[in-house]
Amino acid sequence: MTPRAVRSGVDGLLLAVVLAVIWEALHLVVGDLALTSPWQTALAAAALLRSPDFWPHAAETGGAVLRAYVLAVGLGLPVGVLLGAHRLSGEVAEPVLVALYSIPKIALYPVILLLFGIGMAAKVAFGTIHGVVPVAIFAMNAVRAIDPIHLRTARVLRLPPIALTRSILLPAAVPGIVTGLRVGFALTLVGTLMGEMFAAQRGVGYVLMQAMGVHDMKTILSVTLILVAVAVAVSVAMLRVDRRLHHGATPAA
Amino acid sequence: MSRAGWIRLGAIGALVAAVEALCRAGIVSPLRLLPPSAMVLGLGPLLTSATMLAQVARTLADVGIALALAVMVGFVVGAVLSALPRVRAVVEPLLVSYYAVPVFVFYPFFIVVLGLNRYPRIAIGFLLAVVAMIVSTLNGFDRVPPVLLKTARVLRLSRVETVRRVILPHAVLYVSTGLKLAVAYAFIGVIAAEFIMSGDGIGYEIAFAFNNFDNRTLYPLILLVLLVSSSLTLALHAWERRYVARQTTQEAR
Repeated sequence: MTPRAVRSGVDGLLLAVVLAVIWEALHLVVGDLALTSPWQTALAAAALLRSPDFWPHAAETGGAVLRAYVLAVGLGLPVGVLLGAHRLSGEVAEPVLVALYSIPKIALYPVILLLFGIGMAAKVAFGTIHGVVPVAIFAMNAVRAIDPIHLRTARVLRLPPIALTRSILLPAAVPGIVTGLRVGFALTLVGTLMGEMFAAQRGVGYVLMQAMGVHDMKTILSVTLILVAVAVAVSVAMLRVDRRLHHGATPAA
Repeated sequence: MSRAGWIRLGAIGALVAAVEALCRAGIVSPLRLLPPSAMVLGLGPLLTSATMLAQVARTLADVGIALALAVMVGFVVGAVLSALPRVRAVVEPLLVSYYAVPVFVFYPFFIVVLGLNRYPRIAIGFLLAVVAMIVSTLNGFDRVPPVLLKTARVLRLSRVETVRRVILPHAVLYVSTGLKLAVAYAFIGVIAAEFIMSGDGIGYEIAFAFNNFDNRTLYPLILLVLLVSSSLTLALHAWERRYVARQTTQEAR
């Protein structure tokens, strides 16, 4: 391992220890009813992962997140690239996208439920509306930020469209697009979980909502711990890719 | 208004008209979706009813408190972290993957600790908004040209003075991006918390109307939330654009 990798490993461990200490301290202050201790929660999470009841819920949520993400990327990416490439449509759509990004989407939840009914479709729709906007916004900005001189050079060299896409558009826009994919994934996950909390009879969000209803702090926290672990693992992995691409794209200053 | 603005208005108008036509023609039942004209007409009685106005005021007050706290704390934390690169390296993964964690799951914890009143909702709004502010502040501080910092050192400006005279004027654009995100997140947090479990606020009214199949109240309420949050965001967006335009003309001179 390189010294840098060792250091980032040490940093990660340090962060985990500090968070656990803060958690334990909070637990000692507010008591068992409000916050179970980190150790108890870890044990409960391990028990949850071993129990056969949990896995169908996890599989359900995984399937929903995957579908929602595929939809979000499938819709957001082409739309974003088009809006970035065509100036006027970009100008037309940008404020709308920004407004869509910032509305509390939970207010739309009744609409989604009335349109799709309770079940998989509603969850996927809810996840998709969370994820699609950031994917589109980042793709749009990435394409827009391509240096016009590169495009002019391509015209001078008479590059055919395929070569243009392959050797100019993609390398220039991919780093920004990947950032959008990362943010979009995080929001899709949150959106799907929120959809499950209100509009489902299965899935991790449903388990959480049940536990919230009966105030079962141990289950809430252990499910949260598992979710956080998964979310952090995925986003750190995507961040690696993201950083590498950004690094490769800009010459070392 | 610009050409893009007119096209945008036309496109949105056409979309609303299409939905209206679908509803009026009976293709979409009013049990699922209220015609847009009825939503707008429904706003009237909503905005003249004293109880509803009190709910709106309460939500806005909670959002305001959460936002003010998040902006202050986020800015200070961001400024401190930018001065301590070692600590920052440790906390960074937490900041980056923060929005992949559904913060709402901590709502029951806050209810137990703070009671079933407005404070848990403010806490959720704050928690969602503060990290956007921290990240943007860090981002803004990073973009200050090193030569200006060196100049400040040469002139023996104190740390506070450096922040006020050199860093802030340069970082203000990034900080304003953080502000924009923080407004959106504070709204999302407070309304979602009201929606999940509470006795007042717009989010509660939406959940109440939904559970009673009261579409005539539900849809105008949703429209109200969308209008308030998007007009806030768009106002900030417009201000930011004007600021950028002014800065670039100043630099060109």
